[in-house]
Amino acid sequence: MKAFWAVVKRDIKLATRIGGDAMTVLLFYVMVGAIMPFAIGPDKVLLSKLGPAIIWISALLSLLLALDRLFRTDHEDGSMLAMRQAHIPLEMIVVAKLLAHWLTNAVPLIVATPLLAILLNLDADQTLKLIFTLIVGTPALVCFGAIGAAVTVTIKRGGLIAPILILPLSIPTLIFGVSALSTGAIETASSSALLFLAGFTLLALVFTPFAAALAIKMGAE
Amino acid sequence: MSKNASIDPTPQDPTPQDLGFFSRLAHPGHFLVWSKYWLMPLTIISLALLLFGTYLAFFNSPADYQQGETVRIMYVHVPNAWLSQFAYAVMVLASVGSLVWRHPLADVSAKAAAPLGATFTAVALATGSLWGAPTWGTFWEWDGRMTSTLVMLFIYLGIIALWRTFEDQARAGRIIAVITLVGAINIPIIKFSVEWWNTLHQPASVFRPDGPTMPMSILLPLFVMFFGFSFLFLLLHFISMRAEILRRRVRALERRNAQRLREQHI
Repeated sequence: MKAFWAVVKRDIKLATRIGGDAMTVLLFYVMVGAIMPFAIGPDKVLLSKLGPAIIWISALLSLLLALDRLFRTDHEDGSMLAMRQAHIPLEMIVVAKLLAHWLTNAVPLIVATPLLAILLNLDADQTLKLIFTLIVGTPALVCFGAIGAAVTVTIKRGGLIAPILILPLSIPTLIFGVSALSTGAIETASSSALLFLAGFTLLALVFTPFAAALAIKMGAE
Repeated sequence: MSKNASIDPTPQDPTPQDLGFFSRLAHPGHFLVWSKYWLMPLTIISLALLLFGTYLAFFNSPADYQQGETVRIMYVHVPNAWLSQFAYAVMVLASVGSLVWRHPLADVSAKAAAPLGATFTAVALATGSLWGAPTWGTFWEWDGRMTSTLVMLFIYLGIIALWRTFEDQARAGRIIAVITLVGAINIPIIKFSVEWWNTLHQPASVFRPDGPTMPMSILLPLFVMFFGFSFLFLLLHFISMRAEILRRRVRALERRNAQRLREQHI
């Protein structure tokens, strides 16, 4: 367990110090969300209707962008080799890295969400709900992203390949995340969507570390 | 040519004589030999079935009283839709083979199935939208089944793109096996969530014919086409597996040749 927290601390340190770029993802998220109204037009009613979808898409794109860093630097400087020799299993290390990645990439997005919500004309109640769904849903996005990152870590010029693999797998999270925010006549459907989202996140938490660790092991041979 | 092909350039392979029946079937060198005798019969069977099925579809089956002549698109659409899923099942089985037994032929089989699956999925989507244009009045509808087929196509294309980015194909085989299995877990979830999303957003806007039970005159051409396309898949799978094995051999020979040249120069 000590080793687990050591990996978490190390990754957070690496991400927040000079050379780490946790803030870039945050900037990207706010900018993507803020640039949408320029395409849609300053129609406040329309914006508040599309707001949740815009924010979810921005979060998805930002997290996909951040993916590449999850294992790549460790693979390139050889830390991954050392981690494979650690006395805790590689799956645990993947979970630790996922936790650190979520804390340094997804949490800033969630914190900045009220700002985007104001820009997109969402009311306070909807904003709170949105933040809640993001807290529940983003771990699933990060977990599936880990598989993409692990699969492509040995490719020198991977580029866009990990997002291409991960986007189709993110569809359920996106569907349930946005559906959980729908109001009105389908209110009961929205609470069941939230439960599905939570279930999907739990499922992702259970099986993706194994898949990612397997991919890393297969790639290292 | 055939004599050369049966010699495997990878020296660490066991000699075929030491292996059991199934291992011998699955040995890349032996596969090249025995699959060669299957190509001609498979070509004849699939061509005959497809031609016969096409004849039945055009001249020996009725036009639907509601859909008219467009109903005949179904004879191409349904077999392709079925094979779009079957090809993924082949990839999953092959992936288990390459992860558990590290078998080179399993990698080859998975790699050969991906473009075929993508093609069958694309044909299913294209014929579906051609049928939809006159029948539903639109080329595309965000219907649950269509949407999940589209996602399936994206997954196929992602896997093909991944195959093309790796230089070391043996490593690629094992890594892609992992993502193929992850996709297999996810496809039912995606299918379910898309259908749930669809019913939530647009209840029953799509005309879903439960239809009268199909008469024999429609079922027979459908079955013939179904088997014709299935045999076509088998044939194309064999051909592209053979091509992939030969491609790998050429690459191995080139690498060995380059090494020999370098040793001569040093």
